[in-house]
Amino acid sequence: MAGTGKAHLRDSGSAVLRVEDLVIEFSLSGGVKVKAVSGISLDICEGETVAVVGESGCGKSTLAKGIMRLIDTKSGSVNLLDTDLAQLKGEDLRKIRPSMQMIFQDSISSLDPHMKVNELVEQPLKVWRRGDEFARRDKVKELLNSVGLDPDVVGERTPTEFSGGQCQRISIARALALEPKLLICDEPVSSLDVSIQAQILNILQDMKDRYGLSLLFISHDLSVVRSISDRIVVMYSGKICEVSTANALTEHPRHHYTHALISSVPIPDPTRKVVGALLQGEPPSPVNPPSGCRFRTRCPAATDLCAAEEPQLREITPGQFVACHHPRS
Amino acid sequence: MSALFEISDLRISFETKRGQLHAVRGVSLDVGKGESVGIVGESGSGKTVMSRASMGLLRGKRVIRSGSVKLEGVELLTMADNEIREYWGTRIAMVFQDPMTALNPVRRIGAQMNESLIKRLGMSKSEATKRSLELLELVKLAEPASQIKKYPHQLSGGMRQRVMIAMAIACGPEILFADEPTTALDVTVQAQVLDLLEDLRKELDMAMVIVTHDLGVVAGHTDKIAVMYAGEVVEFAPTRELFANTKMPYTEALMKSIPRLDRQKEKRIPVIPGRPPDPTEHNPGCSFAPRCQYAQQKCRDEHPTLEDAGGGHMYRCFFPIGGR
Repeated sequence: MAGTGKAHLRDSGSAVLRVEDLVIEFSLSGGVKVKAVSGISLDICEGETVAVVGESGCGKSTLAKGIMRLIDTKSGSVNLLDTDLAQLKGEDLRKIRPSMQMIFQDSISSLDPHMKVNELVEQPLKVWRRGDEFARRDKVKELLNSVGLDPDVVGERTPTEFSGGQCQRISIARALALEPKLLICDEPVSSLDVSIQAQILNILQDMKDRYGLSLLFISHDLSVVRSISDRIVVMYSGKICEVSTANALTEHPRHHYTHALISSVPIPDPTRKVVGALLQGEPPSPVNPPSGCRFRTRCPAATDLCAAEEPQLREITPGQFVACHHPRS
Repeated sequence: MSALFEISDLRISFETKRGQLHAVRGVSLDVGKGESVGIVGESGSGKTVMSRASMGLLRGKRVIRSGSVKLEGVELLTMADNEIREYWGTRIAMVFQDPMTALNPVRRIGAQMNESLIKRLGMSKSEATKRSLELLELVKLAEPASQIKKYPHQLSGGMRQRVMIAMAIACGPEILFADEPTTALDVTVQAQVLDLLEDLRKELDMAMVIVTHDLGVVAGHTDKIAVMYAGEVVEFAPTRELFANTKMPYTEALMKSIPRLDRQKEKRIPVIPGRPPDPTEHNPGCSFAPRCQYAQQKCRDEHPTLEDAGGGHMYRCFFPIGGR
């Protein structure tokens, strides 16, 4: 897998976010460099939800941080509404931040425990001097209401008084205060219970419809991802394996890794035969990735070609892009 | 035939600043020899407290315990510290969720594995090392000879969990508790570890209790499932029966709120409104009533008892789905 290429990118006119050939590198001790993100391209259209799935260490969170410019990128471009973020610095970069916001996995620790909920949600509006005190207060109320919290009940409390699910609602309200174009969600429901997880996913869906947001949704959980996204990007060891619509990808995966990933998801139905683990071993170290296709060391279909040549993303059926020399039929 | 392991009316409360916290409120459960039972519940449902109490691990001054936990008729709950220590490892063992914190970070894998073999089974050091290697092979850890020289941080999460499992089965327990054994792992590794636990259970004829929040994990790997909510078992049934003939509205709601890969994509996922009750509060009615779509006045006033639907299917509801 592990392919590079941009065949899956759509017309640049329609994209809110367009990432091309993004490389993010970290230095280890002894001058060793590790490429956590190794030439990733993806785009998100207006009102679309694109999910990036992959296992720990595949580079999905690094990619999200790189897009947000929370960490520096080595090369490639990140175009948000025709501005290349990768080239921006200082005040110019700060000015574009309101149009992209992020929510995190651990919602409790991403909120200042000493601030009241009203202050937390109002803070971005204050920093950016949006409206007067009264307008801001109304906006905070509207935001809290929209995520299903009662402003009169929660407003004067601190985050420590709330559960993980409620803190995630507060984070969403705060992230939407500046009406961003792009919301990046990094594993927003992974630490929540299933009954609460469904509530948050529905809120994200509502917010998207209401504010015309585009969502970049990072997750390791394919069933969650399919329920919320329009398009799914599967990552492995810093590269893309497969890009397709959510339904096509989950119903008819063409990449061997996508297939294994889907088969590993436990289905709550005892009448289904348990397939068992299709993959043995664990992902390769990104410090010293395999030559050619990075998945070949665990791939059931690997041949000499896979070691010699890195597969490029290509359109295998309309709308479905796979980086594999021997895709599944 | 009497069960290998029997919990009856187990109640565990903790003394806290806010008063007594009732974590487990009268759980009864049995596990047969070689049987695999899943305990499913959300955070705060009492599933972990229940499994730790079953192991006899909860023994502080601030723990209030009642009821009984029996292994082949022997009471574990009130057993003295030095006696129960003889049971740990050899008859009853546990695998924890987080293998990084359960392993000692400053000791090599081999030394940690040898410890119980030397202390419990009286092996010599060389015998123990030999046995450790066999155990690591049994749990399908690649290159065991080089792994026993490593420290826990040098292994991946999946490998560490294999080591934990090897240590848990080292002294041949009759029953293994696995508390969220795969929650910290990636899905592909989770599938490997679940396969491994299943193989070991059959090979060693060991009973197993898998505690998890994930219905998917237990659906394919257990004979029976107990669903816990607010410190109680609200439904207990053979696995297929539980899914095919769900009685308890909470179980049904839980199943529906999971996004599923094998079904058509839904525009909105059905949710369970609200959240679980505060464990320090006492509610006279059914603990799920405030969130239950079928709740009636009776549910808010009276506490339902565990009803028997036949075929080992128990539920705690006045108005079960599909009638009585």
